[in-house]
Amino acid sequence: MSGPSAQRPVLRAVLGLALLAVAAGLANALMAPSGFPNLTAAVDASLESSGVGNPVTAVLLNFRAYDTLLEMAVLAAALAGVWSLGRATPTLALRPSPVLVGLLRVLGPLFPIICGYLLWAGASQPGGAFQAGAVLATSAVLYVLLAREAGPRLPELPMRVAAVAGVGVFLAVGLAVMAAGGGFLEYPPALSKTLILAIETAAMISIAVTLAGLFLGGRPRSEP
Amino acid sequence: MSGGLLFALGGIALFAIGISALVLRPHLLRKILALNVMASGVFLILVGGGSGVQGVDPVPQAMVITGIVVSVSATALGLALVLRIARMTGHASLPEDRNRAAAEAKAE
Amino acid sequence: MTALVTETPWIVWTIALPLAGALASFMLPRRSVAIGLAAAFATAAAAAGLVAQVVARGAVAHRIGGWDAPLGIALGADGLSALMLAMAAVVGLGVSIYARSYLAPTPEKARAFWPLLLLLWTALNGLFQSQDIFNLYVTLELLGLSAVALVALAGTGPALIGAMRYLLVSLFGSLSFLVGVALLYHTYGTLDLSLLAERSADGLPVAVPLSAMIAGMLLKTGLFPFHVWLPPAHGSARAPVSALLSALVVKASFYVLLRLWFTFQPEAPGVAVLLGVLGAIAIFWGSLQALRQRRLKLLVAYSTVAQLGYLFLAFPLAGGDPALNWGGSVYLALSHALAKGAMFLAAGGIMMEEGHDDIDGLDRVVDRMPLTLAAFALAGISLAGLPPSGGFVGKWMLLQSAMEQGLWYWALVIIVGGVLTAAYVFRVLGSAFTESAQEHEEHAVPRVMELTALTLALAAVALGFVAPWALPLLDGVLP
Repeated sequence: MSGPSAQRPVLRAVLGLALLAVAAGLANALMAPSGFPNLTAAVDASLESSGVGNPVTAVLLNFRAYDTLLEMAVLAAALAGVWSLGRATPTLALRPSPVLVGLLRVLGPLFPIICGYLLWAGASQPGGAFQAGAVLATSAVLYVLLAREAGPRLPELPMRVAAVAGVGVFLAVGLAVMAAGGGFLEYPPALSKTLILAIETAAMISIAVTLAGLFLGGRPRSEP
Repeated sequence: MSGGLLFALGGIALFAIGISALVLRPHLLRKILALNVMASGVFLILVGGGSGVQGVDPVPQAMVITGIVVSVSATALGLALVLRIARMTGHASLPEDRNRAAAEAKAE
Repeated sequence: MTALVTETPWIVWTIALPLAGALASFMLPRRSVAIGLAAAFATAAAAAGLVAQVVARGAVAHRIGGWDAPLGIALGADGLSALMLAMAAVVGLGVSIYARSYLAPTPEKARAFWPLLLLLWTALNGLFQSQDIFNLYVTLELLGLSAVALVALAGTGPALIGAMRYLLVSLFGSLSFLVGVALLYHTYGTLDLSLLAERSADGLPVAVPLSAMIAGMLLKTGLFPFHVWLPPAHGSARAPVSALLSALVVKASFYVLLRLWFTFQPEAPGVAVLLGVLGAIAIFWGSLQALRQRRLKLLVAYSTVAQLGYLFLAFPLAGGDPALNWGGSVYLALSHALAKGAMFLAAGGIMMEEGHDDIDGLDRVVDRMPLTLAAFALAGISLAGLPPSGGFVGKWMLLQSAMEQGLWYWALVIIVGGVLTAAYVFRVLGSAFTESAQEHEEHAVPRVMELTALTLALAAVALGFVAPWALPLLDGVLP
């Protein structure tokens, strides 16, 4: 008599075969000869007028900037979602670990320098707002850990403003250049480097604060 | 076979393995991790497929950066939900998975 | 005035306005209700502007960043996009006005609601006007995350679990879609839909990624057998959220599926028939399950599962006049959005008034809430496909398409489905007119809530009358 224990190996085998078929199909489609050029040449051709030297940064913040704008909106949606679930729960009141405090004393000042460099270097080498934002977020997370254990209250309103600033600046720049004549996010060639840097700086701060806010797991507590 | 293609095939394998874990594992944390593995697989397909005779294609790399951020956002929301569910119900799994696991345990 | 309509880049405003509203309402939570409502009106106005622009000029486009595809992302709105945007605007505005009153007793939830609603609306408007497959992926993810968060907002155990399940399914669907995007870019070197249409030919390099993308969209739309997540999520969310989900969110993934099908026009009669069969099973299964439900919101949620099945009947009927089967499906999508939105808003009102949503315990609720019951009844008329509603027009077109091609069995599915729909609608209405011994509370329900539900229901019926003006917008879009 077949019961759940007898059905399970059969289901597993069926699932395994199905996935094997899916993988084979995907591999087959992957290895089909591609006769069409990809976008490498197109990016190289327009790179000079993009305002940055790194092709990936150019794609992210100029050619396909609209995708980056929406992606930052996704981050904001996650933050709005996580914070809507409730307040952050306090951890046990411990004395802050001396390791954490010592680490932050040494690394604390280094983080903004590293992030600033990553942001600036992103114009011509691998780097940019997201990489810098992720590193800055790490320092923000360490600070959150310290705050949870040692008790300083996290400022909710400044966090909200900072989290929103990335998309806000991006949207504002996009609409401003549209008002000046041109398309949405169509940077005037002379200003493109500056505008991209401005957007990236706001984005870096936003990403850091958003990731810290997500790590918090809920709205910051205004009272202990 | 070029190196890029090898990575892409590895990405396909990761995608398939991730699906199996998503479907089979009852614990919600495992399911979220499975989705992350699947996402990593797709990113490998994108980047691996993008290196070829025409040089390194920057567009898939930009797509992957975007994809990573989206993936992090979704994971964060998922984890927050898992925490609340665990706190509220005492379990970190969906009811249907718990029932299935209980039925199998009883049958053994 | 006409220059205002034809020259303004409405495409950009339909996306920028809700996004700006979302940011502002998140930044200033204490004022989020006022900001949110203002942004809702502004977004609806921008959508109206876009529809007027498309009616006047035909399909419009916007060059983002001044870059053309394939280097940049192409945004464009044709007749189909315009209809979808109008649908989102009417339902979105109705839900917004309703939600202001509905959420007033729970101010913390109200504050969190508006940023999420506006981000969801941004995603919808962006999705309906995107012509780039990776951009579609990002909008789908924005849509999914806001929708999940809105479901979880209810805060109850079932809502959180429903949200979690929805998140897992949604992400699975998105990743499946992304695999398709990756493979298509690898093969054809572009992410733009029109360029992909030019460069692609039938065969495995298209069939595999297209199947992955379609599978992802089926998961997100909740077609049988991928519907399991839908009733718990739509049934446990708060009423305005359920309305948004059933009316708009599931239509977005269906829209993406349609766009993919129209772009690649696959020669796959087997797949088309499979989609039709799954749609038919969804109609029967969903309707039967709806009849069995005790709770009103779950009945309405299962009704969504059933009604979505109708949309997929267009695929096996694609052999005849495309205006009939595809037009019918699109029109059904529009009518369902209005009718289902009205139904969920009505259910929310009943639940607020009675304190429960037990169908058998409605105890002559019609005496206390005649407007709400009228809304429910009108919505039911459209869902069942009775004239002169929008649902009737859509079903009539599908029936015509089936009979023209001699495929009478699909016509039978449509007719039987209509009977089943009428059955569960009348079950609710009958109970609303009957006394019951159930204990219930009697709370006052703001008149605004009843009126918005009624307006959406009337719009569903009115959709039938505007068909001669709405349907021609689809010329040039359908294959």
